[in-house]
Amino acid sequence: MASIELVDVSQSFDKNTIIPRLNLKIEDGKFTVLVGPSGCGKTTLLRMIAGLDRQTSGSVLIGGSDVSAIAPGQRGVAMVFQNYAIYPTMSVRENIEFGLKNNKVPKEERTRLVESISETVGLRPYLDRKPSTLSGGQRQRVALARAMVKKPSVFLMDEPLSNLDAKLRVQMRVELIELHKKLGSTFVYVTHDQVEAMSMADTIVLMNQGEIQQEASPAEIYREPDNLFAAQFIGVPPMNVGDMGQDGVRFGFRPEHGLLSTEPADAHFTAKGVISTREMLGSETIYQVRTRDHSFMIKCTEDLFSVDQDIYLSVDESKLFLFGADEKRIYRDDRRHNTYLHALRGRFQ
Amino acid sequence: MNRRRVWETTRPYALILPAMIALFLFVVYPVFYLIKLSLYKYNLLNKDKSKFIGLDNYREIFTRDDFYHALANTAVYTVGVVLCTMLLSLGVAVWLRKRSRFNAILQAGLFTPHIISIVSIALVWMWLMEPGHGLLNYVLKAFGLPGSPWLQSSSTSMISVILVSVWHSIGYYALIMVAALQSIPPTIYEAAALDNASRFKVFWKITLPLISPQLFFILVIMTIGSFKVFDTVKIMTGGGPNGSTTTLVYYIYEFRTTSIGFASATGVVLMAIIAVLTFVYFKVLAQRIHYQ
Repeated sequence: MASIELVDVSQSFDKNTIIPRLNLKIEDGKFTVLVGPSGCGKTTLLRMIAGLDRQTSGSVLIGGSDVSAIAPGQRGVAMVFQNYAIYPTMSVRENIEFGLKNNKVPKEERTRLVESISETVGLRPYLDRKPSTLSGGQRQRVALARAMVKKPSVFLMDEPLSNLDAKLRVQMRVELIELHKKLGSTFVYVTHDQVEAMSMADTIVLMNQGEIQQEASPAEIYREPDNLFAAQFIGVPPMNVGDMGQDGVRFGFRPEHGLLSTEPADAHFTAKGVISTREMLGSETIYQVRTRDHSFMIKCTEDLFSVDQDIYLSVDESKLFLFGADEKRIYRDDRRHNTYLHALRGRFQ
Repeated sequence: MNRRRVWETTRPYALILPAMIALFLFVVYPVFYLIKLSLYKYNLLNKDKSKFIGLDNYREIFTRDDFYHALANTAVYTVGVVLCTMLLSLGVAVWLRKRSRFNAILQAGLFTPHIISIVSIALVWMWLMEPGHGLLNYVLKAFGLPGSPWLQSSSTSMISVILVSVWHSIGYYALIMVAALQSIPPTIYEAAALDNASRFKVFWKITLPLISPQLFFILVIMTIGSFKVFDTVKIMTGGGPNGSTTTLVYYIYEFRTTSIGFASATGVVLMAIIAVLTFVYFKVLAQRIHYQ
């Protein structure tokens, strides 16, 4: 078990700066998900922890000791790659065993470990097969088993589910959560999929352009986004954002907090509009509402309206978020909050 | 309707016909003609005086010492060339595997011998290997080492021919191996690094198995090619001195006018040896090759 600490790390390749300067502490035993759009530096960060790419400056600490000069194989970390990176010429057994052999684990113990791990991930019948004869899901399990068998203190995963089909992905997600519970080791998981991040993480580290945007639990990052980027990256559909037309301030609300009615309602934010699209998803329906100045996505649990219907949209005061011109959140205790909230009332009617 | 169906069934045959004609004319027919010739005491001046002698030519081959001598020379040449070229090409390929401008230039340089005519190469090397005035002995002497008679002594002539052939083909085979090495996904090496594998183990357990199909291909191609060596021998030594570099094909060539039947029989034997060798390769090595 080990915590991870990145102190003032930066990473550049040639003249490209991927991560300008970053500090992050990943708690021991937590499931931490690094999430962000592609090119935000999340994989770079993971590879720095693994030691595959050395940081340009700063230091990486695992379990409190600086590992910057330690080779990847001796950091006590295991990694699951996006394309699994299974050794194609070795059998499943040899794949799982390879790390143990290199670490000079005696033969009997090796066999015992390989067999118990393969039992856990359901690969027992396939131990003597070549990876090329396995399905995508089974290869994924080989990659997992290969990482698990070394009993690492830190598990690193680089978009491990992105090559699986949708159904298998949901299943593996649950299995990974259970695995984390069982092993209790530190998991660092990279994904660009915010649904994966929300469903699995103890802590989400949201990144953009090499910088951490917000670091919080899934509930907190959803309910109290620190900035416009966090508000719009997390959640499907993302938070609706509109321009106030004053000091560059923007307001926002979650799709499920917009109420639709055929009669004008009394609420803090109201607008008249027309429904331009309707997506019926089963348990919920998503309407796109076009008002005079904006276009909003509204999520309803009931399917009451039809396309081209005139509609009134209302949002309660407590559900409104305000963001300054610097894209930072204007919190309730900010002096400007009430001013802008007041200005918003009735503005887009 | 019926005519159409006939065309449907004959069309594939019609389409491969031109290729089959060429194949038959230039491969199948000559092979059978070679076998036929090998059964005759052939008279070049008067075809009608040629005499069918059955397997006499073959009987003669296997009783003549110079055939075994040529066969042994060919075997030495093949083992020497295949081993040296494989090992050196692999070394060069591993050295040049990283994509960089410097490596590209080096690679092009190493490949250049392959595009030069073997005749020119052989002539230049003969010049370099001249015992009295050649560059090689000059360099050896400059370092205080004894010079070598190179092509002019039966004890060093074979190694000299091997040296030239190896030099000629390293670049080409290294190119194939570099391509094979570069097609290995880098994440596999990263996974191996995380598995704490030593460099030796990575090379032995990951790199070599992954390029084994290409290595096997090169081994087969090069063995066949080496068994058929002629040009370097013809130009550089003419089979000498004292028959020390007479290889099988050169041996056949020596009988081109005096005894066509005997030469043909030797040709058939050579073909059989190569076929058996290739078969053995496949039998022995097939399970060690990892096709993706």
